[in-house]
Amino acid sequence: MATQAEIDTQSEEAAFREEVKQFLAENFPPELKGKSNALASVEGPTNENDAQAKWRKAMGSRGWGTPTWPKEYGGGGLSRKQARILNEEMAKVGAFNPIGGMGVMMFGPTLLEYGSEEQKKEHIPPICRGEIRWCQGYSEPNAGSDLANLQTMAEDKGDHYLVNGQKTWTSGGQWADKCFCLVRTDRSDKHKGISFLLIDMDTPGVEVRPIQMISGMSPFCETFFTDVKVPKENLVGEEGQGWTIGKRLLQHERTNLSGGGAMARLMGASMSDIAKKHLEVGEDGELADKVMRDRIADFEIRWNSFLLTARRATEESKAAGGVSDIASVLKKLGTKLGQERAEMLIEIMGYQALGWEGEGFSDAELAGTRGWLFGKATTIYGGSTEIQNNIIAKRVLGMLDHQ
Amino acid sequence: MAVLTEEQEMLRDMARDWASNESPVTEFRKVRASGDPKAYDEGAYGKMADMGWTGVIVPEEHGGSDFGWLSAGLVVEELGKTLTASPLVATTVAASAIILGGSDEQKAKYLPRLASGEMVATLAVDEGPRHAPETIETSVSGGKLSGTKAFVHEAHGADLFVVAAKDGLYLVEKGEGVSLSTRKMTDQRSHAEVTFEGAGADKLEGGGDGLLEDVLDRARILTAAEMLGMAQAVFDTTLDYLKQRVQFNQVLATFQALQHRMADLFGDLAMMRSAVEGGLQALDSGFGVARAASIAKAEANRVLHTMSREGIQLHGGIGMTDEYDVGFYLKRARILENAWGSTSYLRDRFARIGGY
Ligand SMILES: Cc1cc2nc3c(=O)[nH]c(=O)nc-3n(C[C@H](O)[C@H](O)[C@H](O)COP(=O)(O)OP(=O)(O)OC[C@H]3O[C@@H](n4cnc5c(N)ncnc54)[C@H](O)[C@@H]3O)c2cc1C
Repeated sequence: MATQAEIDTQSEEAAFREEVKQFLAENFPPELKGKSNALASVEGPTNENDAQAKWRKAMGSRGWGTPTWPKEYGGGGLSRKQARILNEEMAKVGAFNPIGGMGVMMFGPTLLEYGSEEQKKEHIPPICRGEIRWCQGYSEPNAGSDLANLQTMAEDKGDHYLVNGQKTWTSGGQWADKCFCLVRTDRSDKHKGISFLLIDMDTPGVEVRPIQMISGMSPFCETFFTDVKVPKENLVGEEGQGWTIGKRLLQHERTNLSGGGAMARLMGASMSDIAKKHLEVGEDGELADKVMRDRIADFEIRWNSFLLTARRATEESKAAGGVSDIASVLKKLGTKLGQERAEMLIEIMGYQALGWEGEGFSDAELAGTRGWLFGKATTIYGGSTEIQNNIIAKRVLGMLDHQ
Repeated sequence: MAVLTEEQEMLRDMARDWASNESPVTEFRKVRASGDPKAYDEGAYGKMADMGWTGVIVPEEHGGSDFGWLSAGLVVEELGKTLTASPLVATTVAASAIILGGSDEQKAKYLPRLASGEMVATLAVDEGPRHAPETIETSVSGGKLSGTKAFVHEAHGADLFVVAAKDGLYLVEKGEGVSLSTRKMTDQRSHAEVTFEGAGADKLEGGGDGLLEDVLDRARILTAAEMLGMAQAVFDTTLDYLKQRVQFNQVLATFQALQHRMADLFGDLAMMRSAVEGGLQALDSGFGVARAASIAKAEANRVLHTMSREGIQLHGGIGMTDEYDVGFYLKRARILENAWGSTSYLRDRFARIGGY
């Protein structure tokens, strides 16, 4: 027998499910069914059609694109359980979340934790509505893995900071409205001299130059700051607290880059299904190439173990109530497996997986080529695999630097 | 580590305390030195039984606690860490065969004795040096079983054998028609070739056509849990060692080349743990067991293989000595890798289950 409290929650849940169903019936444009969220990606310009715009506005006005964020700042204010119901119902009708990008993945959660009341009121609602695109101004030519070596200077000029310097690999910089930046406010201390600053990309003195990547896409930029005036109220946290805030943001980034669910969607069909389409199948229904079959099984076993690990990490961190260091382990494992998969698909599909453009290749095949090349970035950005190894060794395993 | 219930945590802690205090590797050394072919300490097994470990998967009505497979795995993992020599895995797997396929009478006759630790049992399947349940020759006529099982774990202590014959699984008690020929193997545990010559056999009629595979899956998963404990122990000892050992005026743990290898092993260990716990959870839920078992044992094989090799390498010369424990894990690792399916066997099985 369920208790009265349980019955109440059950009926609340049922009511919420009804509400979601109705909302989707009224607002989700059927022509978008099964499409993915191109808008949230940093890899392309905004070229929304009417249906996409309508869908983004509908979800944004409810805060349901950021379902568990507080309602007072424009989030959905939903419980985890409700967020899951929302996801389930969206999946049933083939709807995607039209709100995303770095604002949702990384900046929003960090600002909610470290920002002032005014900053949250100003910046979080437009993220929830999907109106503002954020980019990440961390890396510099001489500050990649050694991020704390950054040199972009923000000089205190009383009512504003004067920013000079150069960022690089700024993903989506050319399409972004704003940039969350790590800048140097003090040259005398490597880590404590760093501050977390928000910069409007249309401020005079900000210049972006897109760089073409091996995949043919140009989603990332060199960003130059020349005497850029940034109001003081755009400093997040205290001056000198930037390293702490910046690292927390990176934890969110890693968690997002490695989440099993996201990876699973990325992967699409199982490798064995693809192989059965492209390779010879014997009378027994098994792949005729036994070496390939063995390698596919090896991959799929490890891939399943990874998914189980991602699930286990989620359950554990929920039970323990916090972000866990396992984020580094997941990022390292998931990105490696993703790359391995892309390389194996080339072996399975042969030349058909190496098309660049034009006739003779399906859209999916061409996307596969680009995905394979772009995928090489996954073990570099968000802290390279080597840096994750350092984090695991030092922070998780306690293999410290002894002098 | 899977999120555990309070009951499971208590069980795990109890097993951990007992293993580290009462059954460290020095106990295994004593067993080895004694030369007893049974290769386990009966007193210690009696204590395990007193703590209820022998009945974890046995239904309450037959004297067990029915805590389930995840719980059984937790205990076995802890014992794996200290290489505790006991027939616990073998007996648990044999008991599962009776639970799945036994008649009420068979259950009532054997399960209480297995659960209480009074009786030890083991599974006898393979007839050659490689796992090949599809090529069994052992047969039964007129209730008499004949055949030879090549490598049977824990054979010397077993009072009861669950034997795979051409037409199904049979219970054979130690005694007339059953003879053992010892196979001394690298792990110095009990292994024997067991010859059955017209031994009295009682068929497990229940459980359907898939009974043997279902029992083997249980064997695979529980063995993988032991391997998980071993891998964890090798990892932990190696990490400790690297934090102590000084070369070039520096503690070895400060060398990045070694840090990255440990980080790689740590990632592998995380995958192995997820795969093994996934297998145990599949058994408890009764869903997707064959696939989960293939994943669990294949990952256990892969990771323990690497871990046991790296463990020795990272210890340097001291890792080659019998005085140091790490080599014991390597020797036991290869035995368990061969048990119930090598890596390639399990990949093949995983692919077949996946239809390719
Ligand atoms: C597609 C893509 C998008 C990106 N988007 C952004 C963005 O939006 N904003 C942003 O700020 N940055 C972005 N980055 C930058 C990214 O964070 C850096 O590329 C990354 O931190 C690595 O720095 P680096 O390129 O300078 O390489 P380096 O630091 O020069 O590293 C070169 C190699 O040396 C290894 N290495 C470095 N230090 C160590 C060490 N201590 N021990 C062992 N090995 C080491 C690295 O792992 C790597 O293999 C992006 C990068 C890519 C590829």
